[in-house]
Amino acid sequence: MTSLTDLGVAAIRDGVAAGTFTAVEVAEAFNANVAAASALNAFIVTTPELALGAAKATDTRRAKGEALGLMGGVPIGMKDLFATKGVQTTAASHMLEGFVPEYESTVSQKLWDAGAGMLGKLNLDQFAMGSSNETSYFGNVISPWRRGDGGNAALAPGGSSGGSSTAVSARLAPAATGTDTGGSIRQPAAFTGISGIKPTYGRCSRWGIVAFASSLDQAGSMARDVRDCAIMLEAMAGFDPKDATSLDLAVPQWEAGLSGDLTGKKVGVPTEYRMDGMDPDVAASWDQGIAWLRDAGAEIVEISLPHTKYALPAYYIIAPAEASSNLARYDGVRYGLRELPDGAGLQDMYAATRAAGFGAEVKRRIMIGTYVLSAGFYDAYYTQAQKVRTLISRDFAQAFALCDVILAPTAPTAAFGLGEKSDDPLAMYLNDVFAVPASLAGLPAMSVPAGLNREGLPLGLQIIGRPFDEQGVLNAGLAIEQRAGFAARPEKWW
Amino acid sequence: MSDYRVHGATGEWEVVIGLEVHAQVTSQSKLFSGAATAFGAEPNSQVSLVDAAMPGMLPVPNRECIRQAVRTGMALNAQINPWSRFDRKNYFYADLPQGYQISQLYFPIVGEGEIDVVLDEKSPETSTKTIGIERIHVEQDAGKLMHDQHPTMSYVDLNRSGVALMEIVSRPDMRSPAEAGAYLTKLRQILRYVGSCDGNMDQGSMRADVNVSVRKPGDEFGTRTETKNVNSVRFVMAVVEAEARRQVDVIEDGGRIVQETRLYDPDRNETRSMRSKEDAHDYRYFPDPDLLPLELDQAFLDECEASLPELPDAKRARYEGALGLSAYNARVLTSDVETARWFERLVTATAANAGKGEAEVAKQASNWLTSELFGALNKLGTDLASSPVTPDNGAELLGLVASGTISGSAAKLVLEKMLASGDRAAAIVEREGLTQTSDTGAIEAAVDAVLAANADKVQQYKDGKEALFGFFVGQTMKAMQGKGNPGLVNEVIKAKLG
Repeated sequence: MTSLTDLGVAAIRDGVAAGTFTAVEVAEAFNANVAAASALNAFIVTTPELALGAAKATDTRRAKGEALGLMGGVPIGMKDLFATKGVQTTAASHMLEGFVPEYESTVSQKLWDAGAGMLGKLNLDQFAMGSSNETSYFGNVISPWRRGDGGNAALAPGGSSGGSSTAVSARLAPAATGTDTGGSIRQPAAFTGISGIKPTYGRCSRWGIVAFASSLDQAGSMARDVRDCAIMLEAMAGFDPKDATSLDLAVPQWEAGLSGDLTGKKVGVPTEYRMDGMDPDVAASWDQGIAWLRDAGAEIVEISLPHTKYALPAYYIIAPAEASSNLARYDGVRYGLRELPDGAGLQDMYAATRAAGFGAEVKRRIMIGTYVLSAGFYDAYYTQAQKVRTLISRDFAQAFALCDVILAPTAPTAAFGLGEKSDDPLAMYLNDVFAVPASLAGLPAMSVPAGLNREGLPLGLQIIGRPFDEQGVLNAGLAIEQRAGFAARPEKWW
Repeated sequence: MSDYRVHGATGEWEVVIGLEVHAQVTSQSKLFSGAATAFGAEPNSQVSLVDAAMPGMLPVPNRECIRQAVRTGMALNAQINPWSRFDRKNYFYADLPQGYQISQLYFPIVGEGEIDVVLDEKSPETSTKTIGIERIHVEQDAGKLMHDQHPTMSYVDLNRSGVALMEIVSRPDMRSPAEAGAYLTKLRQILRYVGSCDGNMDQGSMRADVNVSVRKPGDEFGTRTETKNVNSVRFVMAVVEAEARRQVDVIEDGGRIVQETRLYDPDRNETRSMRSKEDAHDYRYFPDPDLLPLELDQAFLDECEASLPELPDAKRARYEGALGLSAYNARVLTSDVETARWFERLVTATAANAGKGEAEVAKQASNWLTSELFGALNKLGTDLASSPVTPDNGAELLGLVASGTISGSAAKLVLEKMLASGDRAAAIVEREGLTQTSDTGAIEAAVDAVLAANADKVQQYKDGKEALFGFFVGQTMKAMQGKGNPGLVNEVIKAKLG
């Protein structure tokens, strides 16, 4: 039965529908893998009974001849940033430890409605702030990958969706939800040799997702191939009247529209992304990606995104500014942690609660955000960053007059070792350098595995598309996938 | 120009006043959530997940609240901004679940407008003053702390959390307590006409932050203080008076006014410092990323415009002009929208009963309403809102008088009984046998009895004290329980006293 856990979303859905195996068999197989993988620390909470319950419901529907849904019989991992009714939702923070919502996020509800079941809540960087999973209050996730040098250094699974990337890569789940604020789906996907897509801002409802930076946060799917990402995204997306920034657009049939034939398409390669001192393996992988897309029929064009170098600083002003405000609600008054020292007044309670409830990186970003919004600094930082954001969006709009999609590396390096960058926030932030521009512009973007570097670690390639053109992004991703033939998987050591 | 002055040791001082009025928008649900807004509900019974700022909850603007703000702006002749934006005002307090208030700092929904106030009703032409409105924006209300529920803890009631407020900011155009009072009264009147705020100041639906400064006439503006949350017209006037006096005393004693927030203590009729500018919050306003800019299309604006009712000034002019009411009656009847509504229903029903035009019956109806019904209700210690007599019943009564079925004095009696029983006029007239009589025999008999019983007064009349004529009429009407036809009674008495 172990081979069931090698199957992806489409294979499970189709196998269950065809009666090749039951949904319960699939859920049991993944539950077993989850239970055996505690060393990876991918889950904060496991919910085998929910996975089984959903599977039984699917099997019952099938017995009655009813439709099974886009995700019928597929168990998935849920990033612990999505509120799940009756199941602890923490955002990997001490602040929300023990918090059990009375409500279900729109995206997770859509997945359950589509026939998916929940294996558990996946670990992440605390409040989704981080690129290595080291900021989780519940201990960092460990990547299932190891360098091919025979050493056993623990590697970062990427962040913030590191539990998601590890679970999918290590066959603990065929797919998982992620959220991407400045690369939190794409970078962990790249680090662990899986695919992940962040759709256009507004495609997936943010209702019920613990907010980090509202103007950037966007949910997406992470799976082992492009088709699986397309299926799951189709189930997650859709207009939600409860989210004022939700896109009131019909959800395209992305799976049905998949095609790796890029004849007549133009692929832009941004000059500014080719940076001095670029990792040679990453540069080589990018060149290989260009060749693959040319092979798929696309014309390659050089494009310019002149404001790229300002993207990271602008991001690290806007995201913390919004976060500093979004996280003000964690004050110990209504839910979550409350620290009430003897004789404490309201201000003391705030200070003690927030000091104890937030980790160092969260505090750092709250302080940065508070600073850039404060009187006398607002114009120099926040207003300026918003101008940069507008210019970056304009860069992309001009580029998309010349091309249909953009190809770039997902991250500047392969996975780094845990602890290698945790003392240097700036080095950590630089990990987002290729991911952040698309986030600022609200564009759909995905990472697909492109091969291994000389250390035997996965590298990802990023495709960025026009607003609402997830199909173009998925198709270019598929073209790479078909040519990369990426079959590497981490050897089980856990 | 107001000649209100504060007399100081160094001469006379002028007071400068601006008001920021917070008006709760009348709507079924809150500004950004579906929770209800009824006053007086059990604590925390009207709180949605959004109002409690649960993780991952998002605000969605309530179209009705936006509509009411736009209609209010239109009623104040203000510029409506088709593009506006919500900002977050960040601060920590236990009654503010989100840790920020969603408001509009940079791009409010309504821009400049104005209100005309009449300061002396006896000479409206020369005492009308225009007070500028700087802006109106919409924002969320906060919850409420309750400090009397537990010996060591405070409780939080979030029922008000997220309720929509309009903040209506005036220009510093007022120069006396009377002007401030007149402005607030007029603003409240307009809001109630528009239906965008119920104006219930005792329930906190409307409250004012009073900005006051003093200066020597002709000088630049002085430093102002802001007295928060003043909840009646009378208190606003008292705050202006007390705060102006205080400021003059401070300055004349060699002190300096500091820009600060103050609170009014009605028991001691004084303002007290709450916090100074030095420890004022840095609110770190920035555009709310959960909300898109608010864009109003022409169809929406047209609907708002079309839905505006006749406003107080126009209504008053129509009452005086088309309906021919006295200036006094027109003012009284338009002072509150509910009174005007009552009056208009009365006129409509009265005209319909009589088969006449409204203009023909309006004067009679207005006189009856302002003198008879208001007087009677006043005596009973109640008001029009809780009157047992409906406009339809009033019209029926007026119809009985107009047709000569009952006399004017019987009508007073009938009204009393209508108020006491809630019964209809015709039924009371029928039951009590109050139908007016034109039977000359009965009238003559009654007159004879009155004259016989008052032989001394008859003599005085004949000696030239003609004013006694009314006395005989009154006595006769009384003897006939108000049923005598007054015309005939007059005729008969005149003949008999011949």
